[in-house]
Amino acid sequence: MEAASVTEARPAARKRKRSAVGSEPKTPWWLWIAVAAIVIFCLLPFYWLVNISLKTGPDLSSSDIVPPSPSLDNYSSIFENASFTKALRNSAIVSLVTTFLGIVVGSFAAYALARLRMRGKAILLAIVLSITTFPQIAIAAPLFRLWSDIGLYNTLIGLVIPYLTFALPLSIYILVSFFREIPKDLEEAALVDGATHFEAFRKVVVPLAAPGLATTAILTFIAAWNEFLLATTLTSSTTARTTPVAISQFTGSSQFEVPLGTQSAASVIISIPLIILVLLFQKRIVAGLTAGAVKG
Amino acid sequence: MVAPSVVLIALVALWPIIYAIWLSLHEYSLRVAGLSRWASPAGLGNYQDALQSSEFWSATRVTFIFTIASVILETIIGLAMALAMHSAFKGQGLLRTVVLVPWAVLTVVTAIMWRTIFDPNLGFVNSLLGTNTVWLGEEPWALMVMIFADVWKTAPFMALLLLAGLQVIPGEIYEAAKVDGANMWQRFQKITLPLLMPALLVALIFRTLDALRAFDLPKVLTNGANDTTTLSLLAQRTFQENRLYGEGSALSILTFIIVMIVSFGYIRLVGGNIRGMTEE
Repeated sequence: MEAASVTEARPAARKRKRSAVGSEPKTPWWLWIAVAAIVIFCLLPFYWLVNISLKTGPDLSSSDIVPPSPSLDNYSSIFENASFTKALRNSAIVSLVTTFLGIVVGSFAAYALARLRMRGKAILLAIVLSITTFPQIAIAAPLFRLWSDIGLYNTLIGLVIPYLTFALPLSIYILVSFFREIPKDLEEAALVDGATHFEAFRKVVVPLAAPGLATTAILTFIAAWNEFLLATTLTSSTTARTTPVAISQFTGSSQFEVPLGTQSAASVIISIPLIILVLLFQKRIVAGLTAGAVKG
Repeated sequence: MVAPSVVLIALVALWPIIYAIWLSLHEYSLRVAGLSRWASPAGLGNYQDALQSSEFWSATRVTFIFTIASVILETIIGLAMALAMHSAFKGQGLLRTVVLVPWAVLTVVTAIMWRTIFDPNLGFVNSLLGTNTVWLGEEPWALMVMIFADVWKTAPFMALLLLAGLQVIPGEIYEAAKVDGANMWQRFQKITLPLLMPALLVALIFRTLDALRAFDLPKVLTNGANDTTTLSLLAQRTFQENRLYGEGSALSILTFIIVMIVSFGYIRLVGGNIRGMTEE
């Protein structure tokens, strides 16, 4: 399997690079240009968003590279906006609950798929994986009708349930590869000592798989925090509306006001948790992305 | 232990699709029944309507132009980024963090970001080019902005996958090729590219399937105006805004079928590699 070979090969790659530093101490000039280009490509658009978010009034009609009179008015106005703060709370609840349930239920399934002898394991894993390629639109229409019928429309639970359909395949896929790397002997020793399968799982496997669980949790959280299609289809008011939907529906205080200032400020605010996650867990996220090769 | 997951996935992923097929074979008439749920069998009528509407074909065309253009650009830029990151041994960790920023930024935020960049007054594109274009208000440009935004957001993801692929290639092969007198281009063409193929194909599949279901970007960038309505956006608008559940479901199922055909095409193309991913 790809994932295993990638993670195994990494120390080797690092060693090779260290020896390369010795023999080739100088970084060629074109590489510096390439690195600079990558940094500009990735960060300039985000800088522009921050730039716009600090502009107010007449500044909001010019393309200055730096805001001539920077102000935090856009930020204070979005936090005074009750529907935005409610949306932030909804997003946090939905994302955290989805992450928690996805991890708990997903890790049981992944453990069974990685360890227990079962017929049709490969097929099951293939089906789980293929679910991640389903276009969400295919479940949006029926859920919209069904949720209206049974009272889950415009509720937070009504969002968490479909979010689990993409959270679970992601968790299962990544965790199976992590569980496989844990030596079987450890659990067998626990079983010999009289532990049940569940105890062996909880007390031996889970602590050892903690990095994998953390990776999965981060990727699930980001995916749930980002989700837009179902959130916009299955909610209709501030009761359950999440931040991406709230931001997309921002309007200025008057019909003629450009809401780009406040929209940019809100965009910066909801990007902050993600940027913190990236800064703290860069290695983990990359490992998860490349192991699962699944886009969050 | 697998049961809860399988049941949950079946309940919320497979069952709605079956229900969607059922919906797509019925007609909901608000005129006859007011707001109550009232369906009459419609056979393949909804599909017939969809396949005969110019909107469906225009959305299909937009979706494919968007997918092909953005996936090609992402692959080229992502590969270039991966090669640079692979050679940049100093500060590679920092570079990876930088590269993860576009990946982590929400798609909705990406759309707002590119709206500010291409805004006729606020953006820097017009001042840079000395033009006065309302980019999102004109026909070929709106789709182009959408492609740019997608490339920005996902080329880094491509780069990280390809970087992982590059790191598995043993350095000794390059040393041997150097000794044999192979130049940089030959080494890239004869060693890097073939050995990178598995990673490249996986990245291509994920990106293609993702681009085919694009919804967030067109919804927030233009709401489908100026020739940017994708299949997902058309389907969602049909069943939610227009409350045409039957026709909306038919469009969703057609989108689903198109995505499935493309993924089967890929699997036929690369068969062995996909099997390698799911089995061990």
